[in-house]
Amino acid sequence: MSTARFEGTERYVATEDLMMAVNAGITLGRPVLIKGEPGTGKTQLAEEVAKALQRPLLEWHIKSTTKAQQGLYEYDAVARLRDSQLGDDRVKDIANYIRRGSLWEAFDSQVQPVLLIDEIDKADIEFPNDLLRELDRMEFSVYETGETVRARHRPIIIITSNNEKELPDAFLRRCFFHYIRFPDADTMRSIVDVHYPGLKQTLLSEALKAFYDIREVPGLKKKPSTSELLDWIKLLLAEDISPEALRASDKNAIPPLYGALLKNEQDVHLFEQLVFMHRRNAR
Amino acid sequence: MLAEFFFLLRKAGLKVSITEYLTLLEALRLHVASVSVDEFYFLARASLIKDEALFDRFDQVFAAHFKGIEQLFQAFTAQVPEEWLKRQAQLLLSDEERAKIEALGGFDALMEALQERLREQDGEHHGGNKWIGTGGTSPFGHSGFNPEGVRIGGKGGNRRAVKVWEKREYRNLDDSVQIGTRNIKLALRKLRRFAREGAADQLDLPGTIDSTARNAGLLDIRMQPERHNAIKVLLFFDIGGSMDDHVRVCEEMFSAARAEFKHLRYFYFHNFIYESVWKDNRRRHAERIPLAEIMRKYGPDYRVILVGDATMSPYEITYPGGSVEHWNDEPGQVWLNRLLRHYPHAVWLNPEPEQRWNYTPSVQITRELMGERMYALTLRGLDEGIRGLKRAVPVAPLSVGVD
Repeated sequence: MSTARFEGTERYVATEDLMMAVNAGITLGRPVLIKGEPGTGKTQLAEEVAKALQRPLLEWHIKSTTKAQQGLYEYDAVARLRDSQLGDDRVKDIANYIRRGSLWEAFDSQVQPVLLIDEIDKADIEFPNDLLRELDRMEFSVYETGETVRARHRPIIIITSNNEKELPDAFLRRCFFHYIRFPDADTMRSIVDVHYPGLKQTLLSEALKAFYDIREVPGLKKKPSTSELLDWIKLLLAEDISPEALRASDKNAIPPLYGALLKNEQDVHLFEQLVFMHRRNAR
Repeated sequence: MLAEFFFLLRKAGLKVSITEYLTLLEALRLHVASVSVDEFYFLARASLIKDEALFDRFDQVFAAHFKGIEQLFQAFTAQVPEEWLKRQAQLLLSDEERAKIEALGGFDALMEALQERLREQDGEHHGGNKWIGTGGTSPFGHSGFNPEGVRIGGKGGNRRAVKVWEKREYRNLDDSVQIGTRNIKLALRKLRRFAREGAADQLDLPGTIDSTARNAGLLDIRMQPERHNAIKVLLFFDIGGSMDDHVRVCEEMFSAARAEFKHLRYFYFHNFIYESVWKDNRRRHAERIPLAEIMRKYGPDYRVILVGDATMSPYEITYPGGSVEHWNDEPGQVWLNRLLRHYPHAVWLNPEPEQRWNYTPSVQITRELMGERMYALTLRGLDEGIRGLKRAVPVAPLSVGVD
């Protein structure tokens, strides 16, 4: 158990409830499950927690083919088989062919690390269930060598999910949960502020207005999110677009560089049609 | 006090476990949260509730319990304490408006109608003119335009400081009755049937070890094809007419199915299955595909899902020439029967609410033709439908019609 507390960093705006969930997870040594719209900074959180607490960050990115076992260790039978054919001496010790996974690394770390299990929902439905005991007891045994790996320090585990699959109850019961809501205009302002300090206030408020207007467009397949807004502002700055140009845009023209906000052609098409209709009505 | 809160949560249908409750207590003991009630709220939510869709319900229970006020909305019975409504309404209505209500049959009548509607309403609603929700012109809800409206919940324009849980910010996320692409995918996933087919491009480790051992230790590599979902699905969508109301749910169903099944063929029909269907709705008259050709091309191992409200005149099913769009030589029921005899695994998903089925003769006929395999296009219905799709049901030939 640890007494470290996370309060956000200068590059990451953490809301009060997010801090509470993370701190509860740190104090009790339990995983924190983070859900939310894509692009609201779920993965970022782990990096920032590691940075703020000055802990090493271990990342385990989950794919649809990832097995729970791979996070613990893998036994490379093929390498051993090959070595045996070549008469390599290493072959006598099976431990030479055990490859450690991120969870093992985290358990073995000298200081309490931050372990990010990214996009756990990408894996098979049974994946979280296979990790229950490991996350609960923070230990596992290596079948091949009979060794038991125990965590020196309970790692701070941050798990992100995009909600593509429902996670099993038994797994959820062991986590703290936080849902990153889409930030309101004020929070968004402070987020933009930490990323682009000294941004002209007028440009920011015009950009935010245009951004929330676009989010309001009904029927968008993918609404633009925080990370897209940040990209867009970066582009606006790079192109040196004036606030006036933005203001002119929200009424009856398409905002400049909207390609950073809308990511598929149906949405762009829909948006252009709406703007067209709007213009026609305005006349 | 906390134990009581815990049981209240469970009573509200939130599946809070003892482990989670103990976690909360432990976190409190370790001073994760200070004395502020806001922090306690965040901590309780993070440790007890694991689904953002349930945040709203949690907020309600929290508000109710920690203000010592009776539960305002009960998730199941949706009965509103009348006293509260009266108070609420009187706070919000001007004298003139109250006079108008009197004209409408008085406050009691309005309340009765409201409670009735709360019972009927089974989901969230915004806009429109009947159900309770936000916007719209129904007398109930908030931000609406009806002068005799009763405001429910929302605090509206008078910017007073509201506690976090009173803001009910997670209301939109409550999906207890809504069906979304993700849920559909999850339901469809149950239909999976894995098989190894195609090119052998994966190392078969147990096989390699086994055959190497048999080979007296000489390496003998074995390969095997990757596991794929081998289920094959034919989807038939009813399109246009009465189906316009259900476009959204059908779109979601379609996109989920497309992502989930590798072998998916889809076709459209209007109202009922006749001798031909089409693939491109814009060229529905020019490019029709005979049903016979579909049955020839796709074997009986395909699962058939028909999506439609089956709401039409019964003649469209039972009589030749009944189709509203063209002259059909054979009645629709003959064609559906043929389809079902060719594909023993078939279900009909109906987006109309189940309780309305009994009042529509055409739904009953279709259901009978399907061998009772009609399911509502809700999550539960889909679940049952998928189970229905797993077993083959032999269908007897119809006595009417030539075959």
